[in-house]
Amino acid sequence: MSGGGDKEGIKSARAANSDCSLILESLIVGKSTEADSMVEWSDAERSAIAAVWGKLNLDEVGPQALGRVLIVYPWTQRYFGTFGDLSNAAAILGNPKVANHGKVVLGALDKAVKNLDNIKGTYANLSQLHCEKLNVDPDNFRLLADCLTIVIATKFGAAFPPQVQATWQKLMAVVVAALTSRYF
Amino acid sequence: MSLTAKDMATVKTLWGKISSKSDEIGAEALGRLLTVYPQTKTYFAHWADVSPGSAPVKKHGKTIMGAVGEAVSKIEDLPGALSQLSELHAYKLRVDPANFKLLAHNIIVVVGMMFPGDFSPEVHVSLDKFLQNLAWCLAERYR
Repeated sequence: MSGGGDKEGIKSARAANSDCSLILESLIVGKSTEADSMVEWSDAERSAIAAVWGKLNLDEVGPQALGRVLIVYPWTQRYFGTFGDLSNAAAILGNPKVANHGKVVLGALDKAVKNLDNIKGTYANLSQLHCEKLNVDPDNFRLLADCLTIVIATKFGAAFPPQVQATWQKLMAVVVAALTSRYF
Repeated sequence: MSLTAKDMATVKTLWGKISSKSDEIGAEALGRLLTVYPQTKTYFAHWADVSPGSAPVKKHGKTIMGAVGEAVSKIEDLPGALSQLSELHAYKLRVDPANFKLLAHNIIVVVGMMFPGDFSPEVHVSLDKFLQNLAWCLAERYR
Protein backbone atom coordinates (compact mmCIF):
# COMPACT_ATOMS: atom_id res chain seq x y z
CA MET A 1 0.00 0.00 0.00
CA SER A 2 1.41 3.43 -0.87
CA GLY A 3 2.17 5.72 2.04
CA GLY A 4 -1.01 7.76 1.55
CA GLY A 5 -1.93 8.20 5.23
CA ASP A 6 -1.66 11.95 4.68
CA LYS A 7 -2.83 14.59 7.14
CA GLU A 8 -6.10 15.29 5.35
CA GLY A 9 -6.91 11.63 5.18
CA ILE A 10 -6.13 11.08 8.86
CA LYS A 11 -8.10 14.17 9.98
CA SER A 12 -11.14 13.23 8.01
CA ALA A 13 -10.84 9.56 8.94
CA ARG A 14 -10.67 10.51 12.60
CA ALA A 15 -13.77 12.68 12.29
CA ALA A 16 -15.58 10.04 10.30
CA ASN A 17 -14.74 7.23 12.69
CA SER A 18 -15.90 9.08 15.75
CA ASP A 19 -19.18 10.26 14.23
CA CYS A 20 -19.70 7.15 12.18
CA SER A 21 -23.12 6.14 13.42
CA LEU A 22 -24.50 9.65 13.10
CA ILE A 23 -23.06 10.15 9.64
CA LEU A 24 -24.31 6.76 8.55
CA GLU A 25 -27.92 7.50 9.40
CA SER A 26 -27.93 10.81 7.54
CA LEU A 27 -26.28 9.29 4.51
CA ILE A 28 -28.38 6.22 4.10
CA VAL A 29 -31.91 7.09 5.13
CA GLY A 30 -34.18 8.07 2.27
CA LYS A 31 -31.96 9.01 -0.65
CA SER A 32 -32.70 6.51 -3.39
CA THR A 33 -32.13 8.61 -6.48
CA GLU A 34 -31.43 5.79 -8.92
CA ALA A 35 -33.25 2.50 -9.14
CA ASP A 36 -31.02 -0.54 -9.47
CA SER A 37 -32.48 -1.67 -12.75
CA MET A 38 -29.73 -4.14 -13.49
CA VAL A 39 -29.68 -6.38 -10.40
CA GLU A 40 -32.47 -8.92 -10.19
CA TRP A 41 -33.24 -11.14 -7.24
CA SER A 42 -35.30 -14.27 -7.56
CA ASP A 43 -37.72 -15.24 -4.79
CA ALA A 44 -35.37 -18.04 -3.80
CA GLU A 45 -32.47 -15.60 -3.52
CA ARG A 46 -34.51 -13.17 -1.42
CA SER A 47 -35.50 -15.98 0.96
CA ALA A 48 -31.94 -17.26 1.19
CA ILE A 49 -30.61 -13.82 2.06
CA ALA A 50 -33.36 -13.21 4.62
CA ALA A 51 -32.71 -16.62 6.16
CA VAL A 52 -28.98 -16.01 6.53
CA TRP A 53 -29.42 -12.47 7.80
CA GLY A 54 -32.12 -13.51 10.26
CA LYS A 55 -29.78 -16.01 11.90
CA LEU A 56 -26.91 -13.59 12.37
CA ASN A 57 -26.13 -11.74 15.56
CA LEU A 58 -24.85 -8.54 13.95
CA ASP A 59 -23.17 -7.37 17.15
CA GLU A 60 -21.16 -10.57 17.21
CA VAL A 61 -20.45 -11.08 13.53
CA GLY A 62 -19.51 -7.48 12.72
CA PRO A 63 -16.60 -7.34 15.20
CA GLN A 64 -15.47 -10.83 14.16
CA ALA A 65 -15.43 -9.99 10.46
CA LEU A 66 -13.63 -6.67 10.90
CA GLY A 67 -11.16 -8.23 13.33
CA ARG A 68 -10.42 -10.96 10.84
CA VAL A 69 -9.80 -8.44 8.03
CA LEU A 70 -7.31 -6.53 10.19
CA ILE A 71 -5.48 -9.76 11.06
CA VAL A 72 -5.56 -11.59 7.73
CA TYR A 73 -4.89 -8.47 5.62
CA PRO A 74 -2.82 -6.31 7.97
CA TRP A 75 -2.35 -3.48 5.47
CA THR A 76 -6.01 -2.62 6.07
CA GLN A 77 -4.91 -1.28 9.47
CA ARG A 78 -3.81 1.87 7.65
CA TYR A 79 -7.38 3.20 7.93
CA PHE A 80 -7.58 2.77 11.66
CA GLY A 81 -4.68 4.78 13.03
CA THR A 82 -6.86 6.20 15.79
CA PHE A 83 -8.11 2.85 17.03
CA GLY A 84 -5.30 2.20 19.51
CA ASP A 85 -3.60 -1.15 19.92
CA LEU A 86 -3.70 -3.28 16.76
CA SER A 87 -0.28 -4.80 17.33
CA ASN A 88 -1.32 -8.46 17.40
CA ALA A 89 -4.35 -10.70 16.90
CA ALA A 90 -5.33 -10.71 20.59
CA ALA A 91 -5.13 -6.92 20.75
CA ILE A 92 -7.27 -6.55 17.62
CA LEU A 93 -9.89 -9.03 18.79
CA GLY A 94 -10.08 -7.34 22.19
CA ASN A 95 -10.08 -3.79 20.86
CA PRO A 96 -13.38 -2.02 21.70
CA LYS A 97 -13.06 0.47 18.81
CA VAL A 98 -12.69 -2.39 16.35
CA ALA A 99 -15.71 -4.09 17.87
CA ASN A 100 -17.76 -0.94 17.71
CA HIS A 101 -16.81 -0.23 14.12
CA GLY A 102 -17.63 -3.81 13.15
CA LYS A 103 -21.15 -3.20 14.46
CA VAL A 104 -21.42 0.05 12.48
CA VAL A 105 -20.42 -1.73 9.25
CA LEU A 106 -22.95 -4.53 9.74
CA GLY A 107 -25.57 -1.95 10.58
CA ALA A 108 -24.93 -0.42 7.15
CA LEU A 109 -25.18 -3.84 5.52
CA ASP A 110 -28.59 -4.21 7.12
CA LYS A 111 -29.76 -1.31 4.95
CA ALA A 112 -28.68 -3.21 1.84
CA VAL A 113 -30.49 -6.36 2.95
CA LYS A 114 -33.64 -4.29 3.49
CA ASN A 115 -33.27 -2.48 0.14
CA LEU A 116 -32.22 -5.26 -2.21
CA ASP A 117 -33.80 -3.57 -5.20
CA ASN A 118 -31.88 -0.36 -4.80
CA ILE A 119 -28.57 -1.07 -3.12
CA LYS A 120 -26.76 1.29 -5.45
CA GLY A 121 -28.99 4.22 -4.57
CA THR A 122 -29.00 3.33 -0.88
CA TYR A 123 -25.20 3.41 -0.79
CA ALA A 124 -24.56 6.39 -3.10
CA ASN A 125 -23.61 8.80 -0.33
CA LEU A 126 -21.73 6.13 1.61
CA SER A 127 -19.69 5.45 -1.52
CA GLN A 128 -18.86 9.11 -1.83
CA LEU A 129 -17.83 9.23 1.83
CA HIS A 130 -15.47 6.26 1.44
CA CYS A 131 -13.88 7.80 -1.64
CA GLU A 132 -13.64 11.48 -0.83
CA LYS A 133 -13.37 11.64 2.95
CA LEU A 134 -12.09 8.27 4.08
CA ASN A 135 -9.90 7.63 1.01
CA VAL A 136 -10.42 3.87 1.22
CA ASP A 137 -9.04 1.73 -1.61
CA PRO A 138 -12.18 -0.08 -2.85
CA ASP A 139 -10.32 -3.39 -2.99
CA ASN A 140 -10.75 -3.39 0.77
CA PHE A 141 -14.52 -3.80 0.35
CA ARG A 142 -13.88 -7.12 -1.37
CA LEU A 143 -11.55 -8.23 1.44
CA LEU A 144 -14.17 -7.43 4.07
CA ALA A 145 -16.89 -9.16 2.03
CA ASP A 146 -14.72 -12.29 1.79
CA CYS A 147 -13.99 -12.30 5.53
CA LEU A 148 -17.67 -11.83 6.33
CA THR A 149 -18.54 -14.78 4.08
CA ILE A 150 -15.93 -16.88 5.85
CA VAL A 151 -17.18 -15.87 9.33
CA ILE A 152 -20.72 -16.80 8.31
CA ALA A 153 -19.55 -20.14 6.87
CA THR A 154 -17.65 -20.85 10.08
CA LYS A 155 -20.78 -20.19 12.13
CA PHE A 156 -23.30 -21.97 9.94
CA GLY A 157 -21.34 -25.05 8.87
CA ALA A 158 -23.54 -27.35 6.83
CA ALA A 159 -26.35 -24.77 7.02
CA PHE A 160 -24.42 -22.75 4.43
CA PRO A 161 -24.72 -24.97 1.35
CA PRO A 162 -23.17 -24.04 -2.02
CA GLN A 163 -26.30 -22.41 -3.46
CA VAL A 164 -26.74 -20.23 -0.38
CA GLN A 165 -23.06 -19.27 -0.54
CA ALA A 166 -23.56 -18.33 -4.21
CA THR A 167 -26.53 -16.09 -3.35
CA TRP A 168 -24.71 -14.54 -0.42
CA GLN A 169 -21.64 -13.78 -2.54
CA LYS A 170 -23.91 -12.25 -5.18
CA LEU A 171 -25.19 -9.87 -2.50
CA MET A 172 -21.60 -9.13 -1.44
CA ALA A 173 -20.63 -8.38 -5.06
CA VAL A 174 -23.58 -5.99 -5.47
CA VAL A 175 -22.73 -4.24 -2.20
CA VAL A 176 -19.06 -3.90 -3.18
CA ALA A 177 -20.02 -2.52 -6.59
CA ALA A 178 -22.40 -0.02 -4.99
CA LEU A 179 -19.73 1.17 -2.56
CA THR A 180 -17.31 1.57 -5.46
CA SER A 181 -19.85 3.35 -7.69
CA ARG A 182 -18.96 6.90 -6.68
CA TYR A 183 -15.21 6.54 -7.02
CA PHE A 184 -13.55 8.63 -9.70
CA MET B 1 4.34 -12.42 1.08
CA SER B 2 6.64 -15.35 1.89
CA LEU B 3 5.81 -17.98 4.44
CA THR B 4 7.46 -17.47 7.82
CA ALA B 5 8.51 -20.39 9.96
CA LYS B 6 5.40 -19.70 12.04
CA ASP B 7 3.19 -19.90 8.93
CA MET B 8 4.73 -23.22 7.95
CA ALA B 9 4.26 -24.66 11.43
CA THR B 10 0.67 -23.38 11.59
CA VAL B 11 -0.22 -24.90 8.22
CA LYS B 12 1.37 -28.23 9.12
CA THR B 13 -0.52 -28.34 12.43
CA LEU B 14 -3.78 -27.47 10.69
CA TRP B 15 -3.17 -30.11 8.03
CA GLY B 16 -2.65 -32.68 10.77
CA LYS B 17 -6.15 -31.92 12.01
CA ILE B 18 -7.94 -31.80 8.65
CA SER B 19 -6.10 -34.26 6.39
CA SER B 20 -8.36 -37.19 7.27
CA LYS B 21 -11.20 -35.24 5.63
CA SER B 22 -9.14 -33.92 2.73
CA ASP B 23 -11.20 -35.74 0.08
CA GLU B 24 -14.39 -34.20 1.43
CA ILE B 25 -12.81 -30.76 1.69
CA GLY B 26 -11.66 -30.98 -1.93
CA ALA B 27 -15.06 -32.10 -3.19
CA GLU B 28 -16.87 -29.38 -1.24
CA ALA B 29 -14.45 -26.64 -2.27
CA LEU B 30 -14.57 -27.58 -5.95
CA GLY B 31 -18.37 -27.90 -5.86
CA ARG B 32 -18.62 -24.43 -4.36
CA LEU B 33 -16.15 -22.99 -6.88
CA LEU B 34 -18.34 -24.24 -9.72
CA THR B 35 -21.54 -22.99 -8.07
CA VAL B 36 -20.43 -19.61 -6.73
CA TYR B 37 -18.24 -18.74 -9.74
CA PRO B 38 -20.09 -20.35 -12.67
CA GLN B 39 -17.51 -19.10 -15.16
CA THR B 40 -15.18 -21.81 -13.80
CA LYS B 41 -17.45 -24.42 -15.35
CA THR B 42 -15.92 -23.52 -18.70
CA TYR B 43 -12.94 -25.69 -17.78
CA PHE B 44 -15.13 -28.76 -17.24
CA ALA B 45 -17.37 -28.83 -20.29
CA HIS B 46 -16.22 -32.42 -20.80
CA TRP B 47 -17.83 -33.58 -17.55
CA ALA B 48 -21.34 -35.00 -17.62
CA ASP B 49 -22.18 -33.41 -14.27
CA VAL B 50 -20.62 -30.32 -12.67
CA SER B 51 -22.95 -30.14 -9.68
CA PRO B 52 -21.68 -30.31 -6.09
CA GLY B 53 -21.51 -33.90 -4.91
CA SER B 54 -21.35 -35.39 -8.40
CA ALA B 55 -18.86 -38.14 -9.18
CA PRO B 56 -16.48 -36.10 -11.37
CA VAL B 57 -16.46 -33.25 -8.83
CA LYS B 58 -15.69 -35.63 -5.95
CA LYS B 59 -12.94 -37.34 -7.90
CA HIS B 60 -11.30 -34.13 -9.00
CA GLY B 61 -11.65 -32.53 -5.55
CA LYS B 62 -9.72 -35.51 -4.17
CA THR B 63 -7.01 -35.06 -6.79
CA ILE B 64 -6.63 -31.38 -5.97
CA MET B 65 -6.41 -31.88 -2.21
CA GLY B 66 -3.93 -34.71 -2.73
CA ALA B 67 -1.67 -32.18 -4.40
CA VAL B 68 -2.29 -29.65 -1.61
CA GLY B 69 -1.29 -32.29 0.94
CA GLU B 70 1.91 -33.02 -1.00
CA ALA B 71 2.64 -29.30 -1.00
CA VAL B 72 2.17 -29.14 2.79
CA SER B 73 4.66 -31.97 3.24
CA LYS B 74 7.19 -30.07 1.11
CA ILE B 75 6.27 -26.65 2.40
CA GLU B 76 9.90 -25.54 2.71
CA ASP B 77 10.32 -25.85 -1.07
CA LEU B 78 7.04 -25.09 -2.78
CA PRO B 79 8.56 -24.09 -6.15
CA GLY B 80 10.33 -27.46 -6.33
CA ALA B 81 7.30 -29.37 -5.08
CA LEU B 82 5.01 -27.78 -7.67
CA SER B 83 7.32 -27.66 -10.66
CA GLN B 84 5.67 -30.50 -12.57
CA LEU B 85 2.15 -29.38 -11.77
CA SER B 86 3.10 -25.92 -12.92
CA GLU B 87 4.20 -27.31 -16.30
CA LEU B 88 0.94 -29.22 -16.58
CA HIS B 89 -1.14 -26.12 -15.83
CA ALA B 90 0.96 -23.89 -18.08
CA TYR B 91 1.20 -25.99 -21.21
CA LYS B 92 -1.70 -28.36 -21.07
CA LEU B 93 -4.49 -27.13 -18.82
CA ARG B 94 -3.90 -23.39 -19.19
CA VAL B 95 -6.24 -22.47 -16.37
CA ASP B 96 -6.35 -18.69 -15.95
CA PRO B 97 -4.38 -18.12 -12.73
CA ALA B 98 -7.09 -15.78 -11.43
CA ASN B 99 -9.06 -18.92 -10.72
CA PHE B 100 -6.52 -20.18 -8.19
CA LYS B 101 -7.60 -17.33 -5.91
CA LEU B 102 -11.23 -18.34 -6.28
CA LEU B 103 -10.51 -21.96 -5.39
CA ALA B 104 -8.34 -20.85 -2.46
CA HIS B 105 -11.24 -18.79 -1.14
CA ASN B 106 -13.51 -21.82 -1.26
CA ILE B 107 -10.95 -24.09 0.40
CA ILE B 108 -10.81 -21.54 3.22
CA VAL B 109 -14.64 -21.35 3.43
CA VAL B 110 -14.87 -25.15 3.66
CA VAL B 111 -12.10 -25.52 6.23
CA GLY B 112 -13.83 -22.82 8.31
CA MET B 113 -17.17 -24.62 7.96
CA MET B 114 -15.85 -28.06 8.83
CA PHE B 115 -13.34 -27.07 11.50
CA PRO B 116 -14.66 -23.87 13.10
CA GLY B 117 -12.79 -24.45 16.36
CA ASP B 118 -9.47 -24.81 14.56
CA PHE B 119 -9.86 -21.79 12.33
CA SER B 120 -8.84 -18.76 14.35
CA PRO B 121 -7.82 -15.59 12.47
CA GLU B 122 -4.15 -16.51 13.00
CA VAL B 123 -4.67 -19.89 11.36
CA HIS B 124 -6.69 -18.19 8.62
CA VAL B 125 -3.88 -15.80 7.68
CA SER B 126 -1.29 -18.59 7.49
CA LEU B 127 -3.55 -20.77 5.34
CA ASP B 128 -4.37 -17.80 3.10
CA LYS B 129 -0.65 -17.07 2.63
CA PHE B 130 0.10 -20.75 1.97
CA LEU B 131 -2.57 -21.02 -0.72
CA GLN B 132 -1.40 -17.76 -2.26
CA ASN B 133 2.18 -19.09 -2.42
CA LEU B 134 0.90 -22.36 -3.84
CA ALA B 135 -0.98 -20.46 -6.56
CA TRP B 136 2.08 -18.39 -7.34
CA CYS B 137 4.23 -21.51 -7.76
CA LEU B 138 1.53 -23.15 -9.87
CA ALA B 139 1.60 -20.20 -12.26
CA GLU B 140 5.40 -20.12 -12.31
CA ARG B 141 5.82 -21.68 -15.77
CA TYR B 142 2.97 -19.80 -17.46
CA ARG B 143 5.23 -17.28 -19.19
